[in-house]
Amino acid sequence: MEVTPRVAEVDVRLVNVTKKFGDAIAVDAITLDVSDGEFFTLLGPSGCGKTTTLRMIGGFEQPTSGLIELKGVDVTFLPAYERDVNTVFQSYALFPHLTIYENVAFGLRRSGIKGDELTRRVGEAMELVQLVGFEKRIPAQLSGGQAQRVALARALVNEPAVLLLDEPLGALDLKLRKQMGIELKRIQREVGITFIYVTHDQEEAMTMSDRIAVMNKGRYEQLAGPETLYERPSTRFVAGFVGASNLLEGKIGSEGEDWTVTLPSGAVVRAPKSLGDIGSNGAIGVRPEKLTLLEPGQQSKGNALEGTVVDTSYLGVITQYVVEGKGGLRLLVSEQNIDRTTKSDTWRPGEQVTLTWRPEHGFVVGDAAGA
Amino acid sequence: MSIIRKIAAVAASRFLTIYASLALLYLLLPILTVALFSFNDPIGRSNYSWSSFTIDNWLSLFRDPTLVSAVGISLRIALVSTIIATTIGTLMAMALVRYQFRFRKALDLFVFLPLATPEIVLGASLLTLFVTLRIPLGEITLILAHVMFNVSYVVVTMKARLAGFDMRLEEAAADLGATPWQTFWRVTFPLILPGIAASAVLAFGLSLDDFVITRFNAGQVQTFPVYIYLKVQKGIPPQVNAFATLFFVVTVSLVAIGALLQRRRANLKP
Repeated sequence: MEVTPRVAEVDVRLVNVTKKFGDAIAVDAITLDVSDGEFFTLLGPSGCGKTTTLRMIGGFEQPTSGLIELKGVDVTFLPAYERDVNTVFQSYALFPHLTIYENVAFGLRRSGIKGDELTRRVGEAMELVQLVGFEKRIPAQLSGGQAQRVALARALVNEPAVLLLDEPLGALDLKLRKQMGIELKRIQREVGITFIYVTHDQEEAMTMSDRIAVMNKGRYEQLAGPETLYERPSTRFVAGFVGASNLLEGKIGSEGEDWTVTLPSGAVVRAPKSLGDIGSNGAIGVRPEKLTLLEPGQQSKGNALEGTVVDTSYLGVITQYVVEGKGGLRLLVSEQNIDRTTKSDTWRPGEQVTLTWRPEHGFVVGDAAGA
Repeated sequence: MSIIRKIAAVAASRFLTIYASLALLYLLLPILTVALFSFNDPIGRSNYSWSSFTIDNWLSLFRDPTLVSAVGISLRIALVSTIIATTIGTLMAMALVRYQFRFRKALDLFVFLPLATPEIVLGASLLTLFVTLRIPLGEITLILAHVMFNVSYVVVTMKARLAGFDMRLEEAAADLGATPWQTFWRVTFPLILPGIAASAVLAFGLSLDDFVITRFNAGQVQTFPVYIYLKVQKGIPPQVNAFATLFFVVTVSLVAIGALLQRRRANLKP
């Protein structure tokens, strides 16, 4: 369990936090530190415990056991209204009976701010989310994107120590989602508040986060920056959830500085031991874009597998192939369309190819789970 | 679209209009009769057959002091029992919808009992209870009785309203630093107010209207329905129709104002 020693800069700390609903374990002994000013993401499929974790930090659920600290103060059993934390809810939860102005002013009024300061701070928040002029409307008169901005303004105006965001972009369409994603990142940089962001969308997580905890079944399997998660996923789950992966399973061996995996077909692939511990039942993986397709018999880059192209999809930036090898092996390959101006020189289904990649371009996944 | 289908469509739309008109007429005819006969100048004591038009009954609305006192008592009992029943009922509904506690299911069932039990049984058993407890019959026992059956109506109405309440709004309020008390008054209450108003109108109407339970537990107190009952043999004065019409107009106006307010709010939407 890694716990960063920079205590002073830690904004949120979870120690062995467990949440059970009846017999079901939603969150299973999570320990993590979120640093001041960080954009931290809990990423995982539905039911992985990410929202429950967020709700415990917000004060809407109480942990069954464990400790939650905010800025070094134990808040485990502090009610939500006494925590210096604000939340952007999944479907915004704007107060339908109040104007946009009153929605944004709600938190400030609760802490006794009024008069000029109230007007000024609400105005600043409206400016930050670019909604000046919408003050007199009611939530029903807003589009999804605007409602999202109001929810953000309503939370940020209180200048909380930590902002919690529960899939805030989930209800928006794809284009707006990307736009708001960039916007969120801008706002986070501008206000410098710690963001804890919950999403099931790995692309969203990758583009915005400083660090990501990939969660599965109530625990996180890997906690790292976006690049590390992609280049060096440490478990099968992470490899499959963050981007597309080819996992090569077989008999594990060790040869000098390399791990080896002997595939059912008899072929052997390698990966340097410096990439990680393969454990007793791990595997070697490789991302689709790291693979190169060659005519059979051409000079390979170290790891080489024979196969037949079974599917070709031209996707604009890349062309994606499915290659079938011996022993039921199916590999996904993507090639950038750099020199290609027509579809004519792609590989066609049925063609024999050699798949090759440099051993150090693969990754190693270890035994399942274990944060 | 073929001609036959067109005709069928027209017939279908006409059918709906006719059907709806008949249904409305069926519902409104008795009320219209009451209103119409408030303008009747009856020959003799009974106001059952139309003779000639007059507005005398409206001008002499307050002539009979017994009738005026009966109306006053009915309004007072209705008001007090409505306030008590709506408050208790709303809180009960909130507890039933939001919390898990022992005997919740049982309570849920018991709330329905006063609705399902024949009024005459309720009236008689309440009388037994009051006599046994030596509580003198009068306005107090009537208020207690009316609160009892009205609570059930309020709980049932409010439960349906509260089931659709978005709990995240309360979480959002707490998140923004509102204490549970502030959350209730600034978020929950304004949002459930239409439901509370609807329950209150229902309770008020039921209390004003109640005869069976009231008759058992009124003692010497004469409410509006009891007054009418006692007058049946001697002939109901046409002022009763005027009062009844007035109640109806006031109730309909209140409901209409409520609907207009809601529509104005809805019209604000794009």
